[in-house]
Amino acid sequence: MSFQQELAKSPTGIRGLDEVTNGGLPRGRPTLVCGGPGSGKTLFAASFLLNGIAQFDEPGVLMTFEETSEELASDLASLGYDLAKFSAEGRLVVDYVRVERSEIEETGEYDLEGLFVRLEHAIHSVGAKRIVLDTIESLFAGLSNPGILRAELRRLFRWLKDKGLTAVLTGERGEGALTRQGLEEYVSDAVILLDHRVQEQVSTRRLRIVKYRGSHHGTNEYPFLIDRDGLSVLPVTSLGLSHPALKERVSTGVAQLDEMFSGAGYYRGSTVLLSGTAGTGKTSLAAHFVDAACRRGERCLYFLFEESPQQLVRNMRSIGIDLQVWLDRGLLQFQADRPSRFGLETHLAAMQRAVRDFNPMVTVTDPITNLLTVGTQSDVRSMLTRIIDYLKMQTITGLFTSLTPGSREFEATDAVISSLMDTWIVLSTHEENRKRRRWLSVLKSRGMFHSNSVREYMLTDHGLRLLDDEPELRGKAVAGVR
Amino acid sequence: MQLLNSATPPLAPSSDTFLLRLYVAGQTPKCVRAFENLKRICEEHLAGRYHIEMVDLLQNPQLARGDQIFAVPTLVRRLPEPIKKIIGDLSNTERVLVGLDLRPARRPSA
Repeated sequence: MSFQQELAKSPTGIRGLDEVTNGGLPRGRPTLVCGGPGSGKTLFAASFLLNGIAQFDEPGVLMTFEETSEELASDLASLGYDLAKFSAEGRLVVDYVRVERSEIEETGEYDLEGLFVRLEHAIHSVGAKRIVLDTIESLFAGLSNPGILRAELRRLFRWLKDKGLTAVLTGERGEGALTRQGLEEYVSDAVILLDHRVQEQVSTRRLRIVKYRGSHHGTNEYPFLIDRDGLSVLPVTSLGLSHPALKERVSTGVAQLDEMFSGAGYYRGSTVLLSGTAGTGKTSLAAHFVDAACRRGERCLYFLFEESPQQLVRNMRSIGIDLQVWLDRGLLQFQADRPSRFGLETHLAAMQRAVRDFNPMVTVTDPITNLLTVGTQSDVRSMLTRIIDYLKMQTITGLFTSLTPGSREFEATDAVISSLMDTWIVLSTHEENRKRRRWLSVLKSRGMFHSNSVREYMLTDHGLRLLDDEPELRGKAVAGVR
Repeated sequence: MQLLNSATPPLAPSSDTFLLRLYVAGQTPKCVRAFENLKRICEEHLAGRYHIEMVDLLQNPQLARGDQIFAVPTLVRRLPEPIKKIIGDLSNTERVLVGLDLRPARRPSA
């Protein structure tokens, strides 16, 4: 894949954004970042600037109109940026411009040469390559002559361009316009819109590249996260069906179950759905898989949407699986979240990020059905497709549990999810002679021979055990295509 | 602090001395006009008890930050306190006098 000669780019160092923009913001040009209050504009701009200093050796100037240097420094310190250090090293100038209408009287003509002088001085003192103006619109609140301001802003953007500075300007989202003062008119190179929506008490942050002259860019809205590590954007374009298909197999963690998959278990890098009603042992089977993977020395990332990690570790101990060992060795990591805490996209974003950070060979999502509570069926399907694509690209084996509410019928949600899965194991229970008996069957397993028998199993203090022997597999096996 | 040039001879500071500083950026018509207007207003209303300092930001850019200058010309009343700022070429004498607290504000319902 080669693109035609594009504009030179300045990488932002914001995870995901540089992928989405094919390399960053337009070098030597201004980019407008707009959004409502609390949408992350300042953090976006500051990340671009500070990453530039820390990662790309490009000194910067941060001119802030809203927060004092001290306020800004303490906000950014919580994200791991040390402004004082950069300033002391002569790589950063933070200049707080106080524009307070009540303190200013205006009479007659003026211009913003004072601002230019301050900028020039700051830029010169550190040899700045990047500059942030946050939020220049504050000038409109402090000064009463919009005609002068507009002419001066036009001059300012021209001036920044002539200096070859890569600039980020922030603007407050306006009614029916991208920014209150129509800054987008002046910045013709790139415009990025940040959005923070709360729907049904679920918050989702999204980023959209409204405009990027002369460059390829994704037109989608991308979810992004703000957390202790700062801002990260999640590219969610479908990766398509070009992921590798490995022949290698990985054990299910239960030897008898491996038998049902022509003796070897799941394909590495495939997706596995474990569905069943409550209490059928879906999590137990998942824990077996995790335990086996950790024994092979593989890292496992376990997304929990129902129980706490402590509870899960305790419960698995009762069937003889000690997950604490793997936690202690750093091979296993839990990521527990309430489904209702975020929207689906934010969950997806958080999951992708966790995968990126932990770099696992195996992931478990338990249960995937709990995410249904925060999205429609088609949303869930689209999200699952993305996470599955993402896992497959990296040949991570993904196991998902699904809670079937009814007793025996497969629910519609199962059908939605299962079509995306390579392997589908169904667990069920029914009562017989006042005894609850559990049954397991493999509904499908793409690309391999698998057992078609329904096997009874028990959860013992030594784990999940299949009771009867598998009838001779060969000859009775069916191809794994439904 | 380095002053470019003192536009008027120094005064012994007293309680009713007006210490004024005019920030300009080069000899632009606006800046020249501002100084002329200021000089005239001071002579008319503050004769004998004012002192004007001129600061050319093109020569002393580092001074812009201290007094929070972003527009040019800007007049800063440093004394008497509190500090007051008036931006523009000072062509409206009435507003300059209000800005310097030499005349009560006569704004509609403000």
